Amino acid sequence: MDRTPINRGRRRFLVGTLTAGAGLTLGTFLGGCEQSTPEAQRWAGSATMASATFTPNAFVRISPDDRVTVIIKHLEMGQGTYTGLATLVAEELDAEWSQVEVEAAPADAERYNNLLWGKMQGTGGSTAIANAFEQMRTAGAAARAMLVAAAAKQWNVTEDEIEVRDGVLRHNGSNRQASFGELAELAAHEPVPEQVFLKEPGEFRLIGARLPRKDSAAKVDGTARFTQDVKLPGMLTALVLHPPRFGAKLKSFDAAQAKSIPGVEAVVAIPTGVAVLGTDFWSAKKGRDALRAEWDESQAFTLSSERLSAQYRELATKPGTLAYNEGDADAVLGSAPEGAGGKRVQARIDFPYLAHAAMEPMNCVMQRTDQGIEIWNGEQFQTPDQAAIAALFDLRPEQVQIHMLYAGGSFGRRANPHSDYLLETGRILKAFGGKAPVKLVWTREDDMRAGYYRPFFHHSIEATLDAEGKPVAWRQRIVGQSIAAGTVMEGAMVKDGVDAASVEGAANLPYAIPNVRVELHSPQLPVPVQWWRSVGSTHTAFAVETAIDQLAAAAGRDPVEFRRALLKDHPRHLGVMELAAEKAGWGKPMPPGRGRGIAVHESFNS
Amino acid sequence: MIEFELNGKPQRLDLDPDMPLLWVIRDRLELTGTKYGCGIAQCGACTVHIDGVATRSCVTPVAAVAGKAVTTIEGLQSPTGKAVQAAWTELDVVQCGYCQSGQIMSAVDLLNRNAQPSDADIDAAMSGNLCRCNTYVRIRAAIKHASRRLAEAVQDPVGSRSL
Repeated sequence: MDRTPINRGRRRFLVGTLTAGAGLTLGTFLGGCEQSTPEAQRWAGSATMASATFTPNAFVRISPDDRVTVIIKHLEMGQGTYTGLATLVAEELDAEWSQVEVEAAPADAERYNNLLWGKMQGTGGSTAIANAFEQMRTAGAAARAMLVAAAAKQWNVTEDEIEVRDGVLRHNGSNRQASFGELAELAAHEPVPEQVFLKEPGEFRLIGARLPRKDSAAKVDGTARFTQDVKLPGMLTALVLHPPRFGAKLKSFDAAQAKSIPGVEAVVAIPTGVAVLGTDFWSAKKGRDALRAEWDESQAFTLSSERLSAQYRELATKPGTLAYNEGDADAVLGSAPEGAGGKRVQARIDFPYLAHAAMEPMNCVMQRTDQGIEIWNGEQFQTPDQAAIAALFDLRPEQVQIHMLYAGGSFGRRANPHSDYLLETGRILKAFGGKAPVKLVWTREDDMRAGYYRPFFHHSIEATLDAEGKPVAWRQRIVGQSIAAGTVMEGAMVKDGVDAASVEGAANLPYAIPNVRVELHSPQLPVPVQWWRSVGSTHTAFAVETAIDQLAAAAGRDPVEFRRALLKDHPRHLGVMELAAEKAGWGKPMPPGRGRGIAVHESFNS
Repeated sequence: MIEFELNGKPQRLDLDPDMPLLWVIRDRLELTGTKYGCGIAQCGACTVHIDGVATRSCVTPVAAVAGKAVTTIEGLQSPTGKAVQAAWTELDVVQCGYCQSGQIMSAVDLLNRNAQPSDADIDAAMSGNLCRCNTYVRIRAAIKHASRRLAEAVQDPVGSRSL
């Protein structure tokens, strides 16, 4: 078998054992990391780690009863990451799929960071498989190598005579075999391989195959645990009365009636409103309904959608911050192409604020312990959330422990760059003196009304065709709030005044148009905004493709043919479009009352 | 004092008679398979059976189930219930999973009333159960799958073909 060693220059993969005794735990050490800290050694939990010079990432555990546990560093919110990441390990380990179990990783940016995000643990942007593809496979391959080494010693044969398949190691010459579990303890004492070998894609047996989901059974019998399902001894449920408008401030509140509701234990003011803590949801809900509050709305956001649209459209008549430029679109657009037989096309499109509206409304469980803060949550942004909660309680981030649970959908909502609902939980806990664990529950109404939203966006596109019907100029002005501005992500996402998420899908227009100018206005409003699904592409794709369709219509050309001529330098776009057109039976007549259209858009390489 | 049966076990509870059954099940009786999604009977995540009929527990005051039998996802023991859960697993219907207890409870009720539902029957019976991950196509396929398996079991009562 031709295997490719992973040993490229500085990017060496070394593998070390993390626990001694019965069972084998493997962690990969990614080359180029800093010295091991006492904290890292504490996590490693083994004296053998004391002299390690690399920082561990632990992903595989094999127990004597043949269970292979894969530690998953990403949030399972329905996208299938528990199954996908486990597949990568199982493939290289040559495990039997049914023996593979999954376990959520704790919050620890040292071991479980998203490799595409630096020292930050988190899930988003279609990066789970992309960042972990080699990492998880390496973890599996390393475990396999140590099992093989252990078997070779035990049987007194050479390693290359041993075959591994479906969780069993075999030596055909002597007709000996042993399961992973039987070799686990021996393998734990094997030295760490200096390099591991990964399969060629042609050798894959699990990657690319359709495997049963690892989370099916628990989600079918009701045992899957979501944040909403956590109940701790003495825990109180908190509901928050939020301001009726964004930007309104609490003037006063009267909790007398709320406190008279049986089960209501406390009412506390927090920066985002007034929290009612009850022994269960229903008492907290009744307490909140009975709460009377006065709000100062003098600074509140009061624009209607119509007025916001009018303001955004007005802004779009003025030049914005340059996000992309090629040629001189302004000059071409100003030169009256109609006079030379050309045509002009305009598109003005509004996109509303959108709530994520996950099936599981926002919630979070938090308690104070002697060591720090313990959190139960299904979340996409462990590292920023750890930092935010640590700052709130004046702790170090590693004193904030996060127990990861399933999320009932998220669509980006549980990756809030302001750590909004976690901080709200923390502030309630703090205001209540940390006397009992707190479960914050947003009702569906809170989830719709209290934010955060995909920003309202307006797109104005002006474009021209020459006399031959070829597009020659394209100017797109985008108006909408920046998601990253004022957050921990600002440095990474906002460059020269342009939030990459506002213009993605527009500032990288694939169509061959000689003069292109994309500008951005980023008004600041008190409406809380956040990434939502494919982020910028949720509006840019529609705006761009609508305008391209308008151009095709103005040119009197078929939409596929029109795009084909403009996508010569983008073979993947072209290939996807041709395949979609073929599968859709492009050009064939449609039954009455039905229509067919096409759009091409690239997002996240996924 | 309100008395009812939950998953075959008698319950005798002293509580606010207006408290929705959902919160009695979740917060008092600590069965968390039944989910809170909206609280206003618009999403179906809280669906349970009351005397066998799929019902939104989030708007059902606990007083309304006095003397009745309540079944939650944890108590699904009937052949139909088992067949639906098996079909859900076999077809990997779930994604985030939050709505699926409710989906399954509605599907079981449908098959109890209509052993061989058409697409239109399924769409009508399941229209009150939202899925934000859009697993609807697999839900429909799984209901048909369970329906077929149950029909085979009737034709093969000795069970040589297991559910």
